Amino acid sequence: MSILVLADHHDGQLAGTTAHVVAAAQEIANAGGGDIDVLVAGEGVTAVAESAAKLEGVSRVRVADHAVYAHQLAEPLGALLVELAGDYSHVLASASTTGKNVMPRLAALKDVSQLSDVIGVESADTFSRPIYAGNAIATVKSDDALKVITVRATGFDAVNGEGNASIEAVETVVENSQSTFIKEDLAQSDRPELGAAKVVISGGRGMGNGENFKLLDGIADKLGAAIGASRAAVDAGYVPNDMQVGQTGKIVAPDLYIAVGISGAIQHLAGMKDSKVIVAINQDDEAPIFQVADYGLVGDLFQVLPELESKL
Amino acid sequence: MKVLVAVKRVIDYNVKIRVKPDHSDVDLTNVKMAMNPFCEIAVEEAVRLKEKGVATEVVAVTVGPKAAQEQLRTAMALGADRAIHVQSDDKVESLAVAKLLKGVVDEEQPGLVILGKQAIDTDNNQTGQMLAALSGLPQGTFASEVDIQGEKVSVIREIDGGLQTVELSLPAIVTTDLRLNEPRYAKLPDIMKAKKKPLAVKTPEDYGVATASKVSLVKVEAPAERKGGVKVGSVDELVDKLKNEAKVL
Ligand SMILES: Cc1cc2nc3c(=O)[nH]c(=O)nc-3n(C[C@H](O)[C@H](O)[C@H](O)COP(=O)(O)OP(=O)(O)OC[C@H]3O[C@@H](n4cnc5c(N)ncnc54)[C@H](O)[C@@H]3O)c2cc1C
Ligand SMILES: Nc1ncnc2c1ncn2[C@@H]1O[C@H](COP(=O)(O)O)[C@@H](O)[C@H]1O
Repeated sequence: MSILVLADHHDGQLAGTTAHVVAAAQEIANAGGGDIDVLVAGEGVTAVAESAAKLEGVSRVRVADHAVYAHQLAEPLGALLVELAGDYSHVLASASTTGKNVMPRLAALKDVSQLSDVIGVESADTFSRPIYAGNAIATVKSDDALKVITVRATGFDAVNGEGNASIEAVETVVENSQSTFIKEDLAQSDRPELGAAKVVISGGRGMGNGENFKLLDGIADKLGAAIGASRAAVDAGYVPNDMQVGQTGKIVAPDLYIAVGISGAIQHLAGMKDSKVIVAINQDDEAPIFQVADYGLVGDLFQVLPELESKL
Repeated sequence: MKVLVAVKRVIDYNVKIRVKPDHSDVDLTNVKMAMNPFCEIAVEEAVRLKEKGVATEVVAVTVGPKAAQEQLRTAMALGADRAIHVQSDDKVESLAVAKLLKGVVDEEQPGLVILGKQAIDTDNNQTGQMLAALSGLPQGTFASEVDIQGEKVSVIREIDGGLQTVELSLPAIVTTDLRLNEPRYAKLPDIMKAKKKPLAVKTPEDYGVATASKVSLVKVEAPAERKGGVKVGSVDELVDKLKNEAKVL
């Protein structure tokens, strides 16, 4: 029984999520034995492969470096995974937009189910995952010969970077005439990634407009925080979509989550309620967000935020 | 061009579910059901394509119990021309749904299939991708813009770092993200008219698909409850608690 982990990467760098997925793979390996391989597929991914080789517990990094895998489009990446899957009992990817895009293709072509957003490993065939926006946790057992799994990174602590795996090229090249990459508009930010940040401060509809999100900048600078948002704030055009936290946005579980002008709808809570410490700043003392907040401050954010920044 | 839209009957998104005391599943007795929000967006997009003259016919399809016909009627009230109900009282998992939808795609030969990105009950986010793989068609998932030009469709996708644009050959599979459009409400006359639109009833056997899954539900539990904490009276008190009590600063 061996496990294949699909590495997440962008801009020639390994994404932090991969170390969490390897941790999930280790739990499966501990339950049944077997090696962990990491697949790096892309174009110009030598540095990604080198970083992946340092992840603890990984025996081998397999590198498919070819133009057809550039931008990790689902059609060629899925076809590559199908080619390689025969060697494995489990194939794991993070529940990133890349993992979600490609893994169901692998599962369908191998005629097996996929387990999405796994947060716990009970044994080599039994896993837990949230359903209904995290309002229930299901334990599911898969009798499929191949387990295809996406892993929610916040469910597992990252492995460390002191490993030393071998690196091997994968020569498989597939055809793709169906989909073409046109462009990417990626948010530029010096701040930590939302999913990896130790502190996250998010603004909601209460921020009033996009300009006012600047009130969060100074605090984020002082705390080394990432900035997130509710869907209402994204829908209203205050901030771009990649900042959305929630059931259908990003899932975060930082040490400290500060919700500002966010009411606390279940869809938002689904994305942040596993944070260690939650602070809510809201002028409505009945707002549901206070039911999950460790520390609630009832007040007008336009007064609270500048004061908070000055006192940190 | 014919557009096929897949809609799922799920719990209304405002309802907070409860886990059954015996932990066998969630309790859905007497719970309000509705069309999955992402499917509403899928129907809206298909209807807009028809209004723009790009689509000639919109066909809605669902897999589920008899009651799921309500959601097909809703889709027709919103503008779908006809509907296909693949009736099954079993829990049909994403893989089997994808196989059944492939059967419908083979039969109907649509130019475009639109699905939601995710059903808010299982939160699976799989079916569209599985259908694409099984049908050998390209996919544009998590779409926030869909633009058909001749033999191709350009899709703007919401990805973790921002937006990605891909161009796909038609026929293709698209799954909707929240910002693709804002669905309309059905008007009463349209709801009346929808009652007379054609609805075909099929079974999984018609498509030669076995719906049994190799994944079994062992148990369902409520998540760890978070207890609400305290209200603080001032920014000073907040900073003090975060430093000295929670020790996160
Ligand atoms: C299918 C589906 C998926 C969804 N997915 C997500 C998701 O992933 N993430 C998500 O966040 N939402 C999601 N939603 C939307 C969700 O249901 C809520 O509508 C949304 O979270 C509300 O955002 P909000 O709290 O910013 O806005 P509101 O609910 O409008 O709350 C604004 C809050 O700001 C407070 N406020 C206003 N002014 C001030 C002030 N000056 N000072 C202090 N406080 C102030 C108000 O008291 C209020 O509590 C989803 C909905 C659906 C249907
Ligand atoms: N039983 C079903 N009947 C029709 N469409 C479905 C069904 N299940 C899933 N879908 C479609 O697939 C999308 C994604 O669902 P899922 O992959 O289950 O999260 C939904 O938004 C629907 O468009």
